[in-house]
Amino acid sequence: MSGIRVLVGTRKGAFILTSDARRAQWEVSGPHFAGWEIYHLKGSPADPNRLYASQTSGWFGQVIQRSDDGGKTWEPTGNEFTYDGVPGTHQWYDGTQHPWEFKRVWVLEPSQTDPDTVFAGVEDAALFRSSNGGKTWQELPGLRSVKGHLWQPGAGGMCLHSILLDTQDPNRIIIAISAAGAFRSDDGGQTWRSANRGLHSGYELPDADAEVGHCVHCLAMHRSRPDVLFMQKHWDVMRSDDAGESWHEISGNLPTDFGFPIAVHAHEPDTIYVVPIKSDSEHYPPDGRLRVYRSRTGGNEWEALTRGLPQENCYVNVLRSAMTVDSLDPCGVYFGTTGGQVYTSADSGDSWAPIVRDLPAVLSVEVQTLP
Amino acid sequence: MIRVVLPTHLRALAKVDHEVAFQLDGPATLGAVLDMLEARYPMLRGTIRDHITKRRRQFIRFFACGEDLSHDPPDALLPDAVVKGAEPLRVVGAMAGG
Repeated sequence: MSGIRVLVGTRKGAFILTSDARRAQWEVSGPHFAGWEIYHLKGSPADPNRLYASQTSGWFGQVIQRSDDGGKTWEPTGNEFTYDGVPGTHQWYDGTQHPWEFKRVWVLEPSQTDPDTVFAGVEDAALFRSSNGGKTWQELPGLRSVKGHLWQPGAGGMCLHSILLDTQDPNRIIIAISAAGAFRSDDGGQTWRSANRGLHSGYELPDADAEVGHCVHCLAMHRSRPDVLFMQKHWDVMRSDDAGESWHEISGNLPTDFGFPIAVHAHEPDTIYVVPIKSDSEHYPPDGRLRVYRSRTGGNEWEALTRGLPQENCYVNVLRSAMTVDSLDPCGVYFGTTGGQVYTSADSGDSWAPIVRDLPAVLSVEVQTLP
Repeated sequence: MIRVVLPTHLRALAKVDHEVAFQLDGPATLGAVLDMLEARYPMLRGTIRDHITKRRRQFIRFFACGEDLSHDPPDALLPDAVVKGAEPLRVVGAMAGG
């Protein structure tokens, strides 16, 4: 019988939650790396026992951990993230130019075919790649040449948080950066162009349709249909049908179109999930009711999913990397909150139950569907 | 024998107990001790000082013999008591945050 392994990154360590395919009884392992911030853990699609974890600390900086046994044991690997050449400068809060400075790894995206190849999205925003299992990292510097001098950090930092590796074209990579936007490469990361046409940031930017500067919160893609992309922007839920060449809004009847994560159902490419958050100045669900919204039409028409979720006095947030799906049938959906709950639905979102309730604030949730 | 006491998180990362100890061949400077520490425990590279500039991370402190050595240059000799192993060099995570 197949199984599920949920990888949870929190403010105070990593947790691994495992279950059989029924997804009813869970074992909790952790905290791993207790006391450290774990921004992200992810398993290799090519070897599910190969996991990577981003372990960070304001005191001790960045560590990358690697496991070759599904998270039972870990070894630190390379943690040197040096920008290529002269790092250059980006826009700072006061309008001056500020040198690029590495702060942390926000996201790790292993290759779909090679367990030793993994991409890292970092703050200050840049994309790195390792082809030796994380021992050494090289920047793909072409990304920062796309008007990088105009990028500036948002409140959460100038982070590269989303990496989509095209499932049909190995040379296509699409990434997103908080307060810079989406960017696409068609040559394996050597050259890049902005992918922000159609984004409209009327509140956040002086030029609402600027080429760069949009605060993209999260990107999602269904592996069977890589030209269709979904985006939760600061405000607005967006869709692209041409791999990021252009975007159109699909917020439809959402109670608010502010939020952080977005995810796509494993077997229905037009079924998508968001967690609406009241506003950018009140990072909690509207009316104190935690609701996941599901669209089965690729956007615009949304239904609230509430069964099993708190419907009063709930003021948690769900961060951008903290929602995902498994590939069982029916599809499982998972998300973690800043209040330390990890919720799961084993029926595509119709009903929910907490796996754990009292973890540290959850930064990221990934899931592996094991054979 | 130089003794170095690491903070809890770095002991866990390096998989060592309370303190580590090693011989230094050349002058016992702060920089030489950190070089040897990182050579023996490569997972500590980047966690105490920057990979390239070798500058101390801002919330790391170096204490020994009741003194704060954090602002000493890397070629400063360590106190005799540290060189002789009577006192450890303490790598400390500074009080910061909550």
